[in-house]
Amino acid sequence: MSSRFAAVSVQSADFDPGIEIARLGTSADVGAVATFVGLVRGVTTPGQEPAVTALELEHYPGMTERSIADIVELAEQRWTLGAVRVIHRIGRLAVGDRIVFVGVSSRHRGDAFAACEFIMDYLKTRAPFWKKEWNARDEAHWVDARDTDHTAAARWS
Amino acid sequence: MITVRFFARIREQLATTELQWPAIATVSELVADLAHERGQAWAEALLAPQIIVAINQQVANRDSVIVDGDEVAFFPPVTGG
Repeated sequence: MSSRFAAVSVQSADFDPGIEIARLGTSADVGAVATFVGLVRGVTTPGQEPAVTALELEHYPGMTERSIADIVELAEQRWTLGAVRVIHRIGRLAVGDRIVFVGVSSRHRGDAFAACEFIMDYLKTRAPFWKKEWNARDEAHWVDARDTDHTAAARWS
Repeated sequence: MITVRFFARIREQLATTELQWPAIATVSELVADLAHERGQAWAEALLAPQIIVAINQQVANRDSVIVDGDEVAFFPPVTGG
């Protein structure tokens, strides 16, 4: 079980994508590393002034790590992968801060690209995290789940 | 006894993070019990159709069976990533 969870980190601290990418590419049979980095977006409506000043991420300790590990396992059953790394931050984050990292290595790029996108789509609809947004007047509201995220996840089934 | 946990918007609506409750047969019965004991706000929050329920950190449903010592959690649709 320890190796299953070693690839998943839920943490308040920031991460260094460069270090993570380097770690994913240390095996001689790896020919591709695909990554995704999610950031706190300040602009909610394109063309408008930034409406969000900060984001707070709540999670369900234990269930969150387990659900991400389950998603990684599904990806490993579906594609031929080398290493997988998922980091998700929690707590209060500022606009521009990194929220999430998904990195996948494989022999060829196709598997890495597909698995990276699959893991993100499933994480967004299955892992128990909740976002709360703050605006310039220091008012907070919970972010609603988006139908487009469920549509994105559904195309893999 | 079972442990009942609430997250995000539901935690704030109910002003409750966690409570201990006598063991009860199913999720539906737990919700009915909580609504009966705690009132209308609890009924509305827990009966909302989009609410997700988990038992021992695995997603469950309203008919799922609860046993003594279980951890039952209620939370809104997830919005991470």
